[in-house]
Amino acid sequence: MQRHTRLAALAGGAALLLGVTACAPGAGTPENAPSGGAISTDISEVGEMTLTVWDQEVRGGQNEEIERLNAAFEEKYPNITIERVSQAFEDLNTTLRLALTDKDAPDVVQANNGRNTMGAFVEAGQLRPLDDYADAYGWLERYSPSVLQYSTYSEDAAVFGDGNLYGLPQMGEVVGVFYSKSKLEGLGLEVPGTWDEFDAALAAAKEAGEIPLQLGNIEQWPAGHVFGPLQGAYVDPESITSLGLGNPGASWTTPENEAAAAALQGWVDSGYFNDGVNGTDYDDAWQALADGQGVFLLGGSWLSADLEDAMGEDVGFFVPATESGSVATTGGTSLPFAITSAAENTDVAAAYIDFLTSDDAMDIIVETGNLPVNRTAELAPSSGVLADVFAVFGEVTTDGDLLPYLDYATPTAGETLGRALQGLLAGEMTPTAFTEQLEADYSEFVAANE
Amino acid sequence: MSDPVVGVTDRRASRRSGRSRAAWVPLAYLAPAALLYGAFLLFPLGRAAQFSFFEWDGLGQSTFVGFGNYIALVQDEQLREAFLHAFVLIFFYAVLPLAIGLLLAALLTRAQVRGLGFFRTIIFLPQVIAMVVVAVTWRQIYAPDGPLNGFLRAIGLGDLARPWLGDYTFTLPAVGLIGSWVSLGLVTVLLMAGMSRIPPELYESARIDGAGPFQEFFAITLPSVRGEITVALTLTIVAALKTFDLIYVTTSGGPGTSTTVPSYEVYRRAFQLGEVGAATAVGVALTIVVFAINFVVNRIGDKK
Repeated sequence: MQRHTRLAALAGGAALLLGVTACAPGAGTPENAPSGGAISTDISEVGEMTLTVWDQEVRGGQNEEIERLNAAFEEKYPNITIERVSQAFEDLNTTLRLALTDKDAPDVVQANNGRNTMGAFVEAGQLRPLDDYADAYGWLERYSPSVLQYSTYSEDAAVFGDGNLYGLPQMGEVVGVFYSKSKLEGLGLEVPGTWDEFDAALAAAKEAGEIPLQLGNIEQWPAGHVFGPLQGAYVDPESITSLGLGNPGASWTTPENEAAAAALQGWVDSGYFNDGVNGTDYDDAWQALADGQGVFLLGGSWLSADLEDAMGEDVGFFVPATESGSVATTGGTSLPFAITSAAENTDVAAAYIDFLTSDDAMDIIVETGNLPVNRTAELAPSSGVLADVFAVFGEVTTDGDLLPYLDYATPTAGETLGRALQGLLAGEMTPTAFTEQLEADYSEFVAANE
Repeated sequence: MSDPVVGVTDRRASRRSGRSRAAWVPLAYLAPAALLYGAFLLFPLGRAAQFSFFEWDGLGQSTFVGFGNYIALVQDEQLREAFLHAFVLIFFYAVLPLAIGLLLAALLTRAQVRGLGFFRTIIFLPQVIAMVVVAVTWRQIYAPDGPLNGFLRAIGLGDLARPWLGDYTFTLPAVGLIGSWVSLGLVTVLLMAGMSRIPPELYESARIDGAGPFQEFFAITLPSVRGEITVALTLTIVAALKTFDLIYVTTSGGPGTSTTVPSYEVYRRAFQLGEVGAATAVGVALTIVVFAINFVVNRIGDKK
């Protein structure tokens, strides 16, 4: 009898559960709000309002930059209060999905450019196209097209790099080679101007008993920032851009891509890297360079502040030129600020984004030790590694080619690339198998989009 | 014909109403706990099970796909690999600590060590430290220039030094041994508690019969802690199968796919790939596997 009561209670509970959960997941999602209404760039008359902004600029100089700009914005528009929600990159990426579909969704968010973040949000109609505001504020004159393409999608998100504008970035990023000036001098070498000279420098460093290249790849993604610039030396920029943006018309299984993969594996076979790259932390690798172990390190411009703190004037930054004489390397922008479909007042949100990315804001971005996406050459410091970084970014965005991060391509590209690169570096995978694996990821995604 | 039937129903009805008041009392006591349990455990579990029948990216509309996610799950080679890794981890989390724990507990209880409480605390310590802290610490220990490789080189075994968390062959065992280190404390303390309950007379009479330490161990100690072994195995096997934090912090499933585990796949699918339906299907499948294995362990453990 007791057993029956228990069963009945369980059955009742189960029935209750089913009743409560009858609605399908995602059923309550609002459709994309029509954005036809008139827009205004004057927000001083909108009345008291709170603008909720989610960003990920939590590190020292970046946090300071946002805080200063927010304060200046509130001073300019006393009727607007900014409610800032700031969290680390990984945390923002994992929580944004759920937050966007919430009825209290933030007004302005920093959404990563790639297919699995901004692309997915555009496809689901969670972000508002900004083209009307771009015309009103003159954003197309402010930004170079090679920068804006990274926050541009077609309305159904099938095409990346063309279509509507969905966000504006504040800062630039470029991947290149950090080096120790004293080590290079000790080897009797000039700063390599081409990839051939770079290869020769690596061989000379090895010969002299130095660790030519530092790399920590336990996290899987760091090797992507070694492969990216190297790929730029072998493959034409248009193909890399198609592959990186996940747009049709390119292929991974080409002799050029294979040659790039073989070159990377060649560096391993020649003993140019530190021992056990796949088991070394990313942070340990650049700290090793700072500690005087190793000559070169391929990495992003975001490392320059930390490296300068540790190495002072000893650290430099360059990108070898391709055979055609121009510079092509991986890079892009910081995470673009976008307006959600749920934004209460898009005029206010757009004014905020305009303010964050204005020419005046670039000054504050430089003052806080960051690389501004616009006016880069003009604001470059006269010395130090940041002078090198500013010069390279200016050169790549004006005369050279800024190549997209390869993990933008598909929702799974980051992982496929990371795992394949670990295999390539460990000698578990041939260059042919490497390109085939990436081609499978790319072509499956492209086919599904057609 | 109808009379007795009426009589029976009447009697049943009266008995039921008499009982119903008494039956309400325990239910009322249970209600607060049951409500909490229902709201925070059964409801999410039910929702997860429901989600697993949909294809949903976490953003837009969902599509009902029936058992589609489960069929895809069975066909997914990468997922089968992840479950295989979880089973390997059972050896490191459960079997290995049990073997060492039995030995340690037997030694510690029989030898009447001074400062037993101190040793017990030391052994139990890994269990108390947050797994993320454990993982970060071991990541340093296993680093190419870390203490472990330094030690190997110092004693002339430099050939064995390797990037422990970046080696296609050795990373899974290396991660597994962290799990062994964590589980060992729990298992040993549980077994020590069990062994201290064994009446000393049993050992005395065994010794009079001429039994050595090994015979004592297998004839008296081992059978007496059968219950504790079952509990230890249940806890450690669950821990092995739901390993997430350790993998997330140490290897992210790498190098390549050599240390992926089901819980990590759940996270990856739900938050990185935006496949909420597929992720919950993996979660539900993992729950079923955990229940099934522990059902078997407890059935064997309960048999006398």
